[in-house]
Amino acid sequence: MSPRATKPLQPASTDPAKIRNFCIIAHIDHGKSTLADRMLQITGIVDDRSMRAQYLDRMDIERERGITIKSQAVRMPWELNGETFALNMIDTPGHVDFTYEVSRSLAACEGAILLVDAAQGIEAQTLANLYLAMENDLTIIPVLNKIDLPAADPEKYAKELADLIGGKPEDVLRVSGKTGMGVAELLDLVVDKIPAPVGDADAPARAMIFDSVYDAYRGVITYVRVIDGSLKPRQRIQMMSTKAAHELIEIGVSSPEPIPSQGLGVGEVGYLITGVKDVRQSKVGDTVTDSVKPATQALPGYTDPKAMVFSGLYPIDGSDYPVLREALDKLKLSDASLNYEPETSVALGFGFRCGFLGLLHLEIITERLEREFGLDLIATAPSVPYEVTTEDKKTVTVTNPSEYPTGKITRVSEPLVRAGILTPKDYVGTIMELCQSRRGNLLGMEYFGEDRVEMKYEIPLGEIVFDFFDHLKSRTQGYASLDYEEAGEQDSDLVKVDILLQGEQVDAFSAIVHKDKAYAYGLMMTERLKKLIPRQQFEVPIQAAIGARIIARETISAIRKDVLAKCYGGDITRKRKLLEKQKEGKKRMKMVGRVEVPQEAFIAALQGDEEVKKK
Amino acid sequence: MPADGSLPVGVNIGAEQRTMSAYVHVPFCRVRCGYCDFNTYTATELRGTSQSTYIDELAREIELSGQVLARSELPVRALTSVFFGGGTPTLLPAEDLVRALELLRTQHAFAPGVEITTEANPDTITDDYVQKLAEAGFTRLSLGMQSAVPSVLATLDRTHNPASVAHAVSLAQQAGLEVSIDLIYGTPGETLEQWQESVEAAISLGTGHISAYALIVEDGTALERRIRRGELPVPDDDLEADMYELAEKLLSAAGFQWYEVSNWARSPDQRSVHNLTYWQGNDWWGYGPGAHSHIGGVRFWNVKHPAAYAQRLADGHSPAAGWEQPDLTAVALENVLLGSRIREGISTAELDNTAVASLIADGLIDGTSAINKRLVLTLAGRLRADEVVRRLTFS
Repeated sequence: MSPRATKPLQPASTDPAKIRNFCIIAHIDHGKSTLADRMLQITGIVDDRSMRAQYLDRMDIERERGITIKSQAVRMPWELNGETFALNMIDTPGHVDFTYEVSRSLAACEGAILLVDAAQGIEAQTLANLYLAMENDLTIIPVLNKIDLPAADPEKYAKELADLIGGKPEDVLRVSGKTGMGVAELLDLVVDKIPAPVGDADAPARAMIFDSVYDAYRGVITYVRVIDGSLKPRQRIQMMSTKAAHELIEIGVSSPEPIPSQGLGVGEVGYLITGVKDVRQSKVGDTVTDSVKPATQALPGYTDPKAMVFSGLYPIDGSDYPVLREALDKLKLSDASLNYEPETSVALGFGFRCGFLGLLHLEIITERLEREFGLDLIATAPSVPYEVTTEDKKTVTVTNPSEYPTGKITRVSEPLVRAGILTPKDYVGTIMELCQSRRGNLLGMEYFGEDRVEMKYEIPLGEIVFDFFDHLKSRTQGYASLDYEEAGEQDSDLVKVDILLQGEQVDAFSAIVHKDKAYAYGLMMTERLKKLIPRQQFEVPIQAAIGARIIARETISAIRKDVLAKCYGGDITRKRKLLEKQKEGKKRMKMVGRVEVPQEAFIAALQGDEEVKKK
Repeated sequence: MPADGSLPVGVNIGAEQRTMSAYVHVPFCRVRCGYCDFNTYTATELRGTSQSTYIDELAREIELSGQVLARSELPVRALTSVFFGGGTPTLLPAEDLVRALELLRTQHAFAPGVEITTEANPDTITDDYVQKLAEAGFTRLSLGMQSAVPSVLATLDRTHNPASVAHAVSLAQQAGLEVSIDLIYGTPGETLEQWQESVEAAISLGTGHISAYALIVEDGTALERRIRRGELPVPDDDLEADMYELAEKLLSAAGFQWYEVSNWARSPDQRSVHNLTYWQGNDWWGYGPGAHSHIGGVRFWNVKHPAAYAQRLADGHSPAAGWEQPDLTAVALENVLLGSRIREGISTAELDNTAVASLIADGLIDGTSAINKRLVLTLAGRLRADEVVRRLTFS
């Protein structure tokens, strides 16, 4: 198809009435990227030849996993009834961990396409993002995607969507990102339905940062939506949260490659380059203003991202520690929400305690470290921030079990989340069982269509960071989806369980757990370690303890036979070489007191793997 | 190693202080036992060589060894021991063994009181056979009894009749040969009681020497595959430790004394001279496919397959496949590894004091001996000799 608009509108001189800013809300795999690709093609800004599948997802990981981590904005020309418009499509991350980034992307738009797989219906994360969009007063355009699939059931899901946001099922547009069917109509609807942006062109400049990306060649690229006033090349700008001032080296729009412009006016979306090298100087949600004539009031909604999940990352090969440090320093440039500090573990050596927005964030960072920097890593069991008050009325935030205060504890509070689980109704019972075992508190249930239910739970974050999602998926054949948001804190009966090898604490296995689960945890870890740690020349007790109280114990009996029976002729060389190899191997052993533990045993224990071959 | 088998320079240094022995490998078996990973072949596996020409091939290597030793300026040293191992040496006609022995005598000469042993399968021994060996100068027969319990023998794929062991022993003793009995413990499924039965049976044979080896499950053997597939239980180290302790108890009660981790003798002069030569760092030449030699600190080994071995020699080349000269650290490790296995032990002079003290404290070496400057393993230490070596050599 050839593009309709042959003369795109010029940035900085576009009437806000001709601008439409929108985003696409969709669940992972529901085809958002494919639809976006199709729009790029239909509007003619990417020619068919250079069309790469899922053009907007830059990083390999994103392409492989089919999810979007970093949002970007693309300006596309579109003509309707003889008038040319500029459509800004703001790509949003689709996962719960990035709720804050999603909320800022939404704040940059006037409308949203609610994209739902016509074979699967709406999922929990989409529901959560839809909720955010409606809270932001966005105009919602419901769309069913993948209607070319044999399994598609557009009637059913159109009704579901209509019930959800109001309107008639027949108003739900049906498209196929794959074939391009319905995409032009969708763009017409965007122009038709979504309101134009409104702002004061004469007021001091205010632009909201909805994303910032690190580029190895250009430094930080900041994506903004201009609310009031305008931004021009060479202008001195100021970040309102930090008061830091920079010069605009370049300003422009993505189309989808960056194209410098004469500036950005009210309602426009584009990028800024100031030459700074660290995304922390260009924070999502912050307001960009003029440094000479600054605005008095920042745009609402800015908060610092807060780490909710903590984990120790260790290189499996200790000599990779400097590589890990450098890799984290580099990733930090492009990920403002990643934070870390050095940490030492008896079991794992030197590593870093890292804070993440959530579990997926942890997974993505670990994967990027392994993939982009060639590191082999082991992550300790994720932990959440606890507020622990001791007898002397001091309160400390504990993000690592090893920081748990000793002595008498008067109060421990833990973060709670409000979780929404969307599931076919057949699995309600099994999900209730799972959530109950995780100390969840059912807040309510709501039916979607005939056979799907949203279950709302209040549940401690610490209970879902470990393997909740895996259990949820496996118990529902993959059908249930989960979304959660922070929901304050609660006091709980929590204790720290330590694992001791011959009386020596093994830091990597300490855990903060509910009192009722302490015994089960202690038993599981002691049994697991018993299977994994090779027998020693002496008996090794493995204990689980709460403070000085032992709650579980296993014993590894001493080796009694450790000798080669036959040592003649050719055996001698073989035996000597074996001993020489053991001598080398001893260097890789971790010592816990007198106990020699191969690092693989610790790693396997952390991974819940009991199949490490003992020597 | 060069094609003519020449050794690196310096192997002659200190040769007068070391004895010289010969090992002759006979790589033939009637059937392969499931636990065995030795370099041995059944008739069908031989391809391109045969048992009948084997002594001719040996003759070439014996001649070659004389040339190699002479080129290295090693003095001619009369052999203190000769050992025919396998495989099953007694699968060859007695005349063949005798001929090989005569070739060795011609090449090296024999020291007074030389110990000449052959391993033997109890089934292959006849009165005539042992008479011929004894007449030719053999002094000792090492019988692979392994067990007295038919079910254990079956697991090991041993085909001999337990009763034939006693017969073979008496034939050998009548011919004036010393006899040694080899036992294996820790066969999958073997109980402590069955092991006791075997040790008692071996003692009752009235020989002067008994060896007891824990079964080693080697990769690539039929036994290993059967265990992996779950057809046989995994041998239990703790049970093997019990078996070793039981053997020590029964043997010492019967008048035997341990002189190496896996070897016991009724009197010091019944200890195997040949065994001791391995642990005392003496020189020996190993003849035959896959045999290892140790001359003046150099260790070298022959090609493994009898056909390749025969071909090398037919081409006028040394059958050696490789060699190594362990460096000082490796030699120190070998000295501790080998020397600590025997009853005389090693001098504590060169050893780390703290390590020695910790070994006494843990009951792995004898305190009184240590104070008298000898490191000697206790019973617990014999079972954990590798740990003793590690503590003495891993710093």
